[in-house]
Amino acid sequence: MSVLIFAELDQAADGTGSLRKSSLEAIFYGAQVAGMLGTTATALVIGSAEAPELELTGNYGATKVLHATAERLAQPNNMAYATVLAAAAGQEGSSVVIIAKSSLGDAVAARAAGKLKAGLVSNVVDLPEGDAASLRVKRSIYTGKAFAITEMKSPVKIITIRKNAVAPQTTDAKAAIEAFSPTLNDQDFVAQVTGVEKATGEVPLTEADIIVSGGRGMRGPENWGILEDLAHALHAATGCSKPVSDLDWRPHHEHIGQTGIKVSPNLYVACGISGAIQHLAGVNGSKVIVVINKDAEAPFFKAADYGIVGDVFDILPRLTKAVQSAG
Amino acid sequence: MKILVCVTSVPDTTARISFTDGDTKFSKAGVQYITGPYDDYALSRAVELKEQLGATLTVLNVGEADAEPVIRKCLAIGADDAIRVNAEPTDAYFVAEQIAAIARQESYDLILMGRESIDFNGGQVHGIVGEMLGIPSFSPVMKLDIEGTKAKIAREIEGGKETLEASLPLVLGCQEPIAEWKIPNMRGIMTARTKPLRVVEPSGSDSLTKVQKYELPPPKGACRMIPAEEAETLIGLLRTEAKII
Ligand SMILES: Cc1cc2nc3c(=O)[nH]c(=O)nc-3n(C[C@H](O)[C@H](O)[C@H](O)COP(=O)(O)OP(=O)(O)OC[C@H]3O[C@@H](n4cnc5c(N)ncnc54)[C@H](O)[C@@H]3O)c2cc1C
Repeated sequence: MSVLIFAELDQAADGTGSLRKSSLEAIFYGAQVAGMLGTTATALVIGSAEAPELELTGNYGATKVLHATAERLAQPNNMAYATVLAAAAGQEGSSVVIIAKSSLGDAVAARAAGKLKAGLVSNVVDLPEGDAASLRVKRSIYTGKAFAITEMKSPVKIITIRKNAVAPQTTDAKAAIEAFSPTLNDQDFVAQVTGVEKATGEVPLTEADIIVSGGRGMRGPENWGILEDLAHALHAATGCSKPVSDLDWRPHHEHIGQTGIKVSPNLYVACGISGAIQHLAGVNGSKVIVVINKDAEAPFFKAADYGIVGDVFDILPRLTKAVQSAG
Repeated sequence: MKILVCVTSVPDTTARISFTDGDTKFSKAGVQYITGPYDDYALSRAVELKEQLGATLTVLNVGEADAEPVIRKCLAIGADDAIRVNAEPTDAYFVAEQIAAIARQESYDLILMGRESIDFNGGQVHGIVGEMLGIPSFSPVMKLDIEGTKAKIAREIEGGKETLEASLPLVLGCQEPIAEWKIPNMRGIMTARTKPLRVVEPSGSDSLTKVQKYELPPPKGACRMIPAEEAETLIGLLRTEAKII
């Protein structure tokens, strides 16, 4: 019966897992759906995590957390995780499964949908309406240029949510921890991960509340320091336009837009980006957009909430100072 | 070695999105259709692999007859033949079922497609197909090399990349920089006209989800312009007015 949420861990170098912010949002979302359907929310956590971290799921509305810790599950694996998720959905009799959109979450959602013959809707931006038999969800389509109200009627329904689909409110409630060891399938472990390269200490773009992003107007990779200074002051992640990553000024995983990463932060600061439609498509889910561009005619201003017509090399350092001096 | 590339026919990235029939249908009027940009990356890499390994390359589209220009373009770029499953691609599960049904008959070694379509952006079809066929699926793949029956893959993860090795058969969702987009040449366009395009009827179940209504985002309010000489006031506004920092 319960609404099941797949809660993803970020694993630190020493192996301790912490729940992703997007997964905490998913738990809150799942708990709201559970309230609507008159049932409870169960979180599923796969991998190593300490009890206080697991109990935290309760703060966001889960009453129970299933914890799967089999050795073979330590390394994220979309197939094995989908097997565990499907087993958990079976045990809990879940008709609704909630997953935060991420590189792993998307793949787990798809494979679990295949296993459970579940209707799957991704990029959902708001809480659903309806009941357990028929749910209506609002999903972002055409890379944020439109929405589709979609009806889900299959016995099991899987929803992946976009960042900021809900604004979580927390309580002091703790979730009960229950060990979960379903039968694993050897077939799920045939691929070999040979390496992981990950920027450390950076906020991943899709998790960030604030993003400071640069375009060709930054003129070269050597100028990124002023943009990073502002990002640090705001505790923001850094992103870029497609030509910037094509030119190798910035790594590919920072490329935002229709053919890159789609983001929906609270604040997006665009520095020297013209605002081509393909770039806008990746950022139009942002709550507030600030545009800094020396060309008053830059199309990005039409999509902005605040605009400054000016030179990034003058404006960015001054903004950084203003953030720092305001404490 | 048999390669299948699944492609979508989608509105051009600059298309104006609007709806008709009481916001229940996408308005195709004046919209230019293109191969899904991510599918184009998958196809381009497949053409390179075909040449390198002497593979056969089939393109598959689940779509209506108006998708045929996109299919012909894929043939012009280098696919040997094409299959169109004659159905409106209404949801990820339905599309995956069609692809899996064809793949079961033809047993491809490699099934490539874009990481997501740019109309519904689900990014789910490769994973569901992998599950239906009982083979691994990975996405978004930005590097792919084949050595014998093994694939060496790099895929993007949050803040970096992961490299992995897996045995064929595999289903992969692709993105740049897996290959450079290829443009058809004159000879390609000529030969594409006579390459086989087989149309088959859909099989299996109905869609599990159904769009009831479309909506456009509310129009954006006017942009508040801050003079460059007062740029610092932005920070105060973000704190007190927008309340987001
Ligand atoms: C199929 C397709 C998919 C695409 N996908 C994407 C995508 O996912 N993401 C993406 O970003 N693009 C994408 N593009 C490319 C897109 O069309 C634009 O070319 C690109 O976004 C432009 O990047 P830019 O704004 O950094 O550069 P430009 O368009 O060159 O703009 C630079 C801007 O910087 C300003 N500037 C210059 N100097 C300064 C200064 N000193 N101070 C302040 N401002 C300054 C200029 O006024 C200008 O507005 C795609 C294109 C196609 C065809």
